[in-house]
Amino acid sequence: MIRDAALVASKDLRLEWRGRVGLGQVLPFALLCVLLFAFALDPDRGVLQRATSGLFWMIVLFAAVLVVQRSFSVEGEDGVLDALRLSGLAPASVYLGKVAAIVVQLLALEALLLVAVAVLYDTTLRGWGLLLGTVLLATLGIAGAGATYGVVGLRLQGAETLLPLLLLPLLAPVLIGATRAGDVALGRSAGPGWPWAAMLGIFAVVYVSLGAILFRPLMEDL
Amino acid sequence: MAPAPVVHLRGAVALVDRFPALAGVDLDVGAGEVVLVRGANGAGKTTLLRTCAGLLPVTAGDATVLGVDLARTPAAVRRRVGLLGHATFLYADLTVSENVRFWARASGATQEDGRAALDRLGVPSRLHHLAVRSLSTGQRRRVSFATMVARRPELWLLDEPHAGLDAEGRDLVDGLVAEAAGSGATVLFASHELDRAERVAHRIVTLAGGVVQSDERDAGGRDAGLRSDW
Repeated sequence: MIRDAALVASKDLRLEWRGRVGLGQVLPFALLCVLLFAFALDPDRGVLQRATSGLFWMIVLFAAVLVVQRSFSVEGEDGVLDALRLSGLAPASVYLGKVAAIVVQLLALEALLLVAVAVLYDTTLRGWGLLLGTVLLATLGIAGAGATYGVVGLRLQGAETLLPLLLLPLLAPVLIGATRAGDVALGRSAGPGWPWAAMLGIFAVVYVSLGAILFRPLMEDL
Repeated sequence: MAPAPVVHLRGAVALVDRFPALAGVDLDVGAGEVVLVRGANGAGKTTLLRTCAGLLPVTAGDATVLGVDLARTPAAVRRRVGLLGHATFLYADLTVSENVRFWARASGATQEDGRAALDRLGVPSRLHHLAVRSLSTGQRRRVSFATMVARRPELWLLDEPHAGLDAEGRDLVDGLVAEAAGSGATVLFASHELDRAERVAHRIVTLAGGVVQSDERDAGGRDAGLRSDW
């Protein structure tokens, strides 16, 4: 299963590298959001700084929708989904491979976004352990839920507009947990941050486990 | 005792968007047979091939392919069949080599199987590092065929295999079909190029309205000349 998941992940990352959609469209979109929030809230610098964590994760969620859409749109082209069903790959392997590729893309995006946020929002990055744990667990949860709904979107008309409607409500707990943990890590909020990170971990495990189970029926004709 | 047929359908019904595209098909195909499925547009040819591939659920009747009950476990037959459809089943942004390598590994074949299949389909090595997006329709078709051949399927399901190919490519397809049947694989194919297809086929099954209208055994196939040329 791990070998097959790695096969799918490397294929997805190669497709992304060739298409440059992440670099050419998703990253500029995310950076533009960072900039626009800075314009909108700059008159009150305090608000911008206090909301840094929440704004960061909102932007990540928006960008994640685009990454997930791209990840699955290539499977909808020219009968490739049927070919995947005909291949010997277990649906759970395909799912885990797609989750892994989305995680890699989102982590790269988040690293660049953190730099942009630090510069434009005048935020000092600290609490690195908690910050790193939050980023990893939240990203896994986002990718897990995203890959599950991504394959649903392949079967639906108007998937581009439906995907955010389906996905974002499901990710509300991730947004809350990641924002709270981020606030603690950045020193914006007192109190323990690791319980929030633990909550993110639970959601990540639940989303990925459910996705691995549900991917087989979701790949079939509905 | 006669060997079990590779394809056994009795009153098989398959729905496409709630429409019975197969409305009670009766069909038996034995090992090594080459069966041409013909019929007008919408007769159910593509649906029949997709059903035999385990991609469409059988909602009524009996359907067994390679000993697998399609009504219960259609996924179990998928890795044992090869389907060449209207779509190429290729990633446009990956190169020819990357596509063949990915699909070969995904189906348990080796990279060497993939390379051999490309050679067999006459895909020149200068194309191997080009993105599929930049190939002509005929070249894509050959690469698509190569990904299928690399799997070494027991049942070949070919939907308009001659479409988009030049004369040399069509001859190549006919030779591959004859070779596959000679090695014990079974071939079920749909084609509108009846002159060419009838020369290759052992049997001709005509579909109309989602049912078998006629089944002509000992058709013009078993073309000895064609096979010996190969």
